[in-house]
Amino acid sequence: MSQRIVIDPVTRIEGHAKVTIQLGDDGQVADARLHITQLRGFEKFCENRPFYEMPSLMARICGICPVSHLIASSKACDAILGVNIPPNAARLRRIMNLAQILQSHALSVFHLSSPDLLLGMDSPPENRHIFGVAAVAPEVARDGIRLRQIGQQIIEMLGGKRIHPAWVVPGGVSSPLAEEKRDHIQAMLPDGIAALQRTLDRFRGLFQRFPEEMASFANFPSLFLGLTDGSGKLEYYDGPLRIVGADGAVVADHLRAQDYPDYMSEVAEDDSYLKSAFYKPLGYPDGIYRVGPLARLNLVTNCGTPLADHELGLLRTFAGSPLLGSFHYHHARLIEMLHVIERMHELLSDPDVLSPHVRAFAEPNCEEGVGMSEAPRGTLLHHYKVDRNGLMRWANLIIATGHNNLAMNRGVKQAATYFVRDGKLSEGALNRVEAVVRAFDPCLSCSTHAIGQMPLDIDLRDASGALLDNCRRG
Amino acid sequence: MPARVVTLQIDGRDVTARDDQMLIEVARESDIRIPKLCYVSGLSSYGGCRMCLVEVEGTSKLLAACTTAVTEGMQVRTVTPRLTEYRRMILEMLFAERNHVCSVCVSNGHCDMQWLAQHLGIDHIRFPYVYPNLPVDASHDRFVLDQNRCILCTRCVRVCQEIEGAHTWDVMGRGAQSLVITDLAQPWGESESCTSCGKCVQVCPTGALSEKGRSVAEMSKRREFLPYLTMMRGETGNE
Repeated sequence: MSQRIVIDPVTRIEGHAKVTIQLGDDGQVADARLHITQLRGFEKFCENRPFYEMPSLMARICGICPVSHLIASSKACDAILGVNIPPNAARLRRIMNLAQILQSHALSVFHLSSPDLLLGMDSPPENRHIFGVAAVAPEVARDGIRLRQIGQQIIEMLGGKRIHPAWVVPGGVSSPLAEEKRDHIQAMLPDGIAALQRTLDRFRGLFQRFPEEMASFANFPSLFLGLTDGSGKLEYYDGPLRIVGADGAVVADHLRAQDYPDYMSEVAEDDSYLKSAFYKPLGYPDGIYRVGPLARLNLVTNCGTPLADHELGLLRTFAGSPLLGSFHYHHARLIEMLHVIERMHELLSDPDVLSPHVRAFAEPNCEEGVGMSEAPRGTLLHHYKVDRNGLMRWANLIIATGHNNLAMNRGVKQAATYFVRDGKLSEGALNRVEAVVRAFDPCLSCSTHAIGQMPLDIDLRDASGALLDNCRRG
Repeated sequence: MPARVVTLQIDGRDVTARDDQMLIEVARESDIRIPKLCYVSGLSSYGGCRMCLVEVEGTSKLLAACTTAVTEGMQVRTVTPRLTEYRRMILEMLFAERNHVCSVCVSNGHCDMQWLAQHLGIDHIRFPYVYPNLPVDASHDRFVLDQNRCILCTRCVRVCQEIEGAHTWDVMGRGAQSLVITDLAQPWGESESCTSCGKCVQVCPTGALSEKGRSVAEMSKRREFLPYLTMMRGETGNE
């Protein structure tokens, strides 16, 4: 039987971006900017809709991480209802969120970034995709696809479908977990652990072959922000927010989601539709911080599960702590994947996971609600205001990619300065500038909600702004 | 005058019926399903949605099966390329007229209009969407009206008048600008005539009327009560 595989467009980032590199009079890189060129309208077009539509509506922001938006949105809706959801509803939501992190991280590490790592940054662009990886390291490609499949299948078993399940609802989840599905999920997890251990054994050494990238991919001091479980362990669903500095010292701890305007702010810049978030007490742009896998591992004392803790220990021994280079995001992602599988196993082993009490019912009791959770790429915040009938009046979303925007821009400039030499863009340099952005695993469709298809596009300009060179992918 | 028994052909099948019966009803008794949106068994016929158009031998006009009484020797076709094309076109116009977004609708998976679109194989809309800016009335304690999903079938109006006897619902305005309203276009929650019986919600073919607290895809409608209620209360309001 004949098979047809079409790869179109080839971008390996989720969404659409453009990079401008500005050269100074001396021909060296003076500035570099990442532009997100599409507009998101979600905050506006949700107005006047019933609040209980928000989880499903907001989930449409992204096809990769719909669960993350479902979780943050439902938590904001729980706050509007003014209810504490049943413990098993929280447990089931937690499992789905972990499955989401597993599948999204698998996509980022294996499908999007492993071509750079396994084939090399300078390898021919036409080979830099998951099939290219499959040609040289079939077991890696197989493990990556399997890990993503495990995450997606868990989401499907819980919510009825893999993308945009309507199962997470205000007040809990719409149906309990059946015993046979629990057993099915449990049976898949050892496969995932084995695949990750194989991958980590291979990648631990592989990462060390990229000293230049480690040194130049957004490697600078910044704050790190993310949820913890309150005692300093990894947490993705619910918990207080912690911020640590570049020296690992805690800058702020036990911050509550609903107080976010006190410590978090955003600015809109002229050249991008993606807003930049910053830590308010330090102001813009000094309040630069990072979120996501690297930030989470930097701000916890440990993961809280044995295998992941062992791997985190190895990473910290090898590279130190906190880790300042964004190249380590890849490694952090693999450790997190190990952790989420271990954590899912713990949660599913609790006999209460089959409890049928999974939903709280209430009328809208509060006119405002904030929901915060950890998405694969970092902290995600949904803030809604409703009228007394529960119709949306106002919404604000702060997406992980927005938190990382300042750091991505600074990282693009750092890498461009390092790799773009003599005013010329080599293919390898272009790929490295892209790879910085890729290390953050930005979801540009999440951050702006993209329409259309535009691949990564890089302009090189001289001091007067004249275009010297342009590279375009896709 | 007592009803007479007539024989006719629907899609080549011989059927018998009383001569006071409408075609759609007779077809249903013979398990021939004619698409419908505004017709609901147990309420008077309105003939507004034009989904149940059929071809009748001897007339070039298409007739609505819900308002056409059977006659002796009638030859009816319910499925022809022409009928399918008209039904598709009408349904596409309904989709284009208001904001029917299945993916975030409470009635996703339980919607007459969605089922019909799937049945007719509609995978795109050839007309430009109008995207009207229409309100949602969530003022009632138990129910919500979303004008964006209303197709003006008037099932709510008829069930409220004919079965519940409250006549809370009616239609305001003209043509595509028409809106279903409660009382004299007051917020539903302030309606003095509404008995909160919920029949309007159950007969609504789309997610325009739904129960509060239902999340996306959770609003399935219960309509089994209608034939019984109609029977218990005697003649339907076919006045």
